[in-house]
Amino acid sequence: MSLIIAQDLVKTYQAEAIEVRALQGVSFDIAPGAFLAFVGPSGSGKTTLLNLIGCLDKPTSGALAVAGADVLKLDRRQAAEFRGANIGFIFQSFNLLAVLTAFENVEYPLVMVQEVRPAERRDRVLKALQAVGMLEQKNQMPEQLSGGQKQRVAIARALVTQPKLVLADEPTANLDHDTAYMILRLMKKMRDNFGITFIFSTHDTRIIGEAEIIYSLEDGRLLQREEKGKANVQSNENRGAKLTAL
Amino acid sequence: MFNLTKIAVRNLRRYKRRSLLTVSLIAFGVVFVLVFVAVSSSFKDIMIRQITNSYLGDLQIHRRGYVASIETLPLNLNLSPQQAANAAKALKENPEVSAFSERIKFGAMFSNFTETTNIRINGVVPDHEFTTCPAMSTRISDGDKNASALAKGKILVPALLARGMGSKVGDTVVIVATNKDGSVNGKTFVISGILESATGPGGRDGYIHIDDAMEILRIAQREISEFAISLKNPERADRVAESLKAQLGDIVQDPKKVPFQVHTWAELSPFSNIAKMVDLMTIFVKVMLVAIVLISILNVMIMAVYERVREIGTIAAIGTLPGKILSLFLVEGLFLGVAGALVGLIAALAIIFGLNVWKFSFNFGQTTGLILAPSLDLNQITIACAMVIGVSILASLQPSMKASRMEPIEALRHV
Repeated sequence: MSLIIAQDLVKTYQAEAIEVRALQGVSFDIAPGAFLAFVGPSGSGKTTLLNLIGCLDKPTSGALAVAGADVLKLDRRQAAEFRGANIGFIFQSFNLLAVLTAFENVEYPLVMVQEVRPAERRDRVLKALQAVGMLEQKNQMPEQLSGGQKQRVAIARALVTQPKLVLADEPTANLDHDTAYMILRLMKKMRDNFGITFIFSTHDTRIIGEAEIIYSLEDGRLLQREEKGKANVQSNENRGAKLTAL
Repeated sequence: MFNLTKIAVRNLRRYKRRSLLTVSLIAFGVVFVLVFVAVSSSFKDIMIRQITNSYLGDLQIHRRGYVASIETLPLNLNLSPQQAANAAKALKENPEVSAFSERIKFGAMFSNFTETTNIRINGVVPDHEFTTCPAMSTRISDGDKNASALAKGKILVPALLARGMGSKVGDTVVIVATNKDGSVNGKTFVISGILESATGPGGRDGYIHIDDAMEILRIAQREISEFAISLKNPERADRVAESLKAQLGDIVQDPKKVPFQVHTWAELSPFSNIAKMVDLMTIFVKVMLVAIVLISILNVMIMAVYERVREIGTIAAIGTLPGKILSLFLVEGLFLGVAGALVGLIAALAIIFGLNVWKFSFNFGQTTGLILAPSLDLNQITIACAMVIGVSILASLQPSMKASRMEPIEALRHV
């Protein structure tokens, strides 16, 4: 069963008098446990697509199911609850809360979103920090951490809620090549260890090869689906039936 | 809640200078209000006590219509002996009355044998008068300062009149008055003391023994112009006035024909208008405090939300519900208010303590050396602090709601 099924997603923005078509009929499905990248130049629609999958935005038309839920029917509050329960986020600028330590940043979603009991919370936070190799820096403030360390903490924060899916928008854009490579390796390791689906966007050709499935986007259209060693353009025809079945 | 608190406190510490400035501004407002309330209340209380303890009493009873004609001191509106006895009985039975003084008041001529002027005479029972108006003795600037000053044949002369006439203690003077039937009578007195005015110039009230007053007026039985009443708890003047009205109504059986009128000091003294002005100024100062808190916290919280748009976007994206985002910012505003109120309260208490140690004195009218004793009761402190905290929450509400309503996608795009 697919974790994500998208059918004919269209997203248009009104920029002053001009209508911008960010996505123009994108369809795909993603299986659980995938390590997948949306690639393409700036303005190709990668971030828009991640925002739709992450229930941060709604398409102008089309259908989208994530983890078995028709996310287009969720209102603002339900979408927040859905994100808190099912989706982890990793941001390009790390977006750690400046006033909290590494430990507290990872703990935040367990306290403020999932309301996990303190004893279990501490255990889960320590395990997540250990998994990303940041246990020793757990009491440091974000300003005391390097870019790579911040992103590790951000990965721990995304994983600690035990989501079905982690979305990472350009997670390596602010990192040097070696660190970027290391972060992607870490994400893949987390996928291997915890079975969580990782979807990231990038335009960095040096790290694209780390993805197992690559969707190429250009001008809001899905050009190609490439899967480790074989390339094909995915057919959109059988997506409708899957969505109807949800 | 602990986590909300922790995050709020750390965010306030993140912008130390701004938080400190806001807390200082609120604290300044709280200090201003509390010190003003304490000082103005002290001034008001001193003046009210000065007036009530010097001559007015907390309450007065007159015959119906007397107060309306009080400028002419009409003898025909005195309480009859029977009415006076009834009123005295009611006062003795009322447990809230600590003392009362019966007075015969009349207009007379005051002569020192070379000059003559008019005077208002109060015929009193000396012991009753000095018990009901204990500050009377402090007003006597020269001569006997106790009830013996009003022994038969003696007179306490108002200071302005004594100075104008060149009279002094020990001088013999004549009081001449027209009695109820129109005939004139006079009696010589020895000046036993000079009586300073309680609240300012214009006092023309002299005091003699009630028996001397009856003799001058040729009254066989004791008629009374007014009862001045001192209460055990002056704060309850209004309630006691009501209970006395009920008591006096019961005595005459028919409430429609009650011949008495009971007035509180506030209804009789023009100072009550000054007291009302002081209360009005206190309200005005409190409104200023509200404005200070509202503007300073609103400003800080708007800035806090504006500066943390991406942060709001992040916590919203990872699933924080709008209500919790609202709470995060509300708690920040609340803490600013609580901190300002606490610092202000401590500073205000220190200043008030200092004023009490320093013993700040002032003059009012002819009365000099009045010492301010500012104090705050728990009620005043609670009102000021509750006001600050309430306004802090109110001021934080709009920015907090704005934060909680932000679309995470828009907030994350914010540069």
